[in-house]
Amino acid sequence: MEIREKILNYIETNSRVELKDLAVMLGVDEATVANEMAAMEEERIICGYHTLIDWEKTSIEKVNALIEVRVTPQRGRGFDSVAERVYNYPEVNAVYLISGGYDLLVTLEGKTLREVAQFVSDKLSTLDSVLSTKTNFILKKYKDHGTVIAKPQDDERMLVSL
Amino acid sequence: MRNPLSERIVEIPFSGIRKFFDIAAEMKDVISLGVGEPDFDTPWHIRDEGIYSLEKGRTAYTSNAGLKELKIEIARYLERRFSVSYDYDSEMMITVGGSEAIDIAMRAMLDPGDEVLIPQPSYVSYEPCAVLAGGTPVIINLKEKNDFRLTAQELEEAITSRTKILVLPFPNNPTGAIMERKDLEAVAKIVIEHDLFVISDEIYAELTYLDGHVTIASLPGMRERTVLINGFSKAYSMTGWRLGYACAPKEILEQMLKIHQYAIMCAPTTSQYAAVEAVRNGDVDVSQMREEYNGRRRYLVKRLREMGMHCFEPYGAFYAFPCIRQFGMSSDEFATRMLQEEKVVVVPGTAFGACGEGFLRISYAYSLSKLKEALDRMERFIEKIN
Repeated sequence: MEIREKILNYIETNSRVELKDLAVMLGVDEATVANEMAAMEEERIICGYHTLIDWEKTSIEKVNALIEVRVTPQRGRGFDSVAERVYNYPEVNAVYLISGGYDLLVTLEGKTLREVAQFVSDKLSTLDSVLSTKTNFILKKYKDHGTVIAKPQDDERMLVSL
Repeated sequence: MRNPLSERIVEIPFSGIRKFFDIAAEMKDVISLGVGEPDFDTPWHIRDEGIYSLEKGRTAYTSNAGLKELKIEIARYLERRFSVSYDYDSEMMITVGGSEAIDIAMRAMLDPGDEVLIPQPSYVSYEPCAVLAGGTPVIINLKEKNDFRLTAQELEEAITSRTKILVLPFPNNPTGAIMERKDLEAVAKIVIEHDLFVISDEIYAELTYLDGHVTIASLPGMRERTVLINGFSKAYSMTGWRLGYACAPKEILEQMLKIHQYAIMCAPTTSQYAAVEAVRNGDVDVSQMREEYNGRRRYLVKRLREMGMHCFEPYGAFYAFPCIRQFGMSSDEFATRMLQEEKVVVVPGTAFGACGEGFLRISYAYSLSKLKEALDRMERFIEKIN
């Protein structure tokens, strides 16, 4: 496996690992890891280091929605320009081009149901190329970014075994 | 009342870790680096097959030697991974863990007075199994200066006219030592010269971090004198499923199967169905886990060396075996004090044979953060006693 692939595999779920520890684990020197990571940031292979938060455990209210959007692609630009118009809204978390029954999947985070509803009716639906929208609210997150949110994993092994 | 017990059984000592288990169980906030099993859950697709087999009502015995489907997959796997071929029908059986295979191999091959060469430090069951089978265990003390590998000279020096079996426990628990092809070739030469048999316990075969694992059964002239033992516990994180297997020449395998038939009947059916999925589609899981272990291995060894301990490079299993002689304590004392003072569990090398004195077995079947916390405590302990 290439060193880059090894780095990415590791930091995808452990982005806070110290560079010196990562270097030891991969059997290379720290400078190599630092250089590769800097290069990958530069090349936008690494686009950010985010934190996975279970907001439900806080007192902060969040409403998440998945919106299926059907759009008319534009001549010469396909779906890109409408996607751009959508992703520029800060409340939009993600925009994916999708194969199948609709075109764009937009994930949205709002403070209230009303805020999400307003975004869909006032901003999204009114775009010229948007044909239809279907809003799905997320009721519970079980697993996100490869991590199970519901329960912590206990070590159930015996303390000592041969 | 008469003494209800067998003298032969009573004379076999209990394992040396019971004391640690008892102390640790009473303490709070203990961090253990003392386990001999993986920290990963069995991959879901394997568990799912186990569940599915139950849903389909596959709850009866399988044939004594195990599911044909599973044996065929294992034969393919051994060919693909280690270049040895076995006839699934007459040279292979599914056992209750590698442990059962060790036991029945000894019982099938030993007569009273036959000597069994057991390199130590090694897993604790070879010696008692040899005794229970009526054989006489003869210990070969492996040396750190040889990276705890078995040398041809050590082997040759231990052979007598009664020697019949050599146990080959590599990759090794507790040292993490491996035997490379050249090491095995030297050993095989002596084995053939003296007409010995080998019980090769390769349960950690997939956890080898230097090139690939080589099985002694793949060397010329060795297949006919080797009982190859492997299983699912370590490679696929399936310890609780209790599933292993043995491959051997037909005449040995037949007799092993006889004991298995009378004593065990067959390995757990659910586990066998799950194992079919493991061996068919589990290569990716194995290599991911190996990669993860390898990272922790490098981290652990580096930290131990930074603490000033001599630690040879362990290329197999998931253990490091650092030397603690410089602290002027026995392994047992060191481990006991570290448990009491810093609440870190490690296993004294002496649990795996007298020649483990001066060493500790430290397992890295733990997440990096656990490993880190435990090693920080260990470092504090060492600063204190230095």
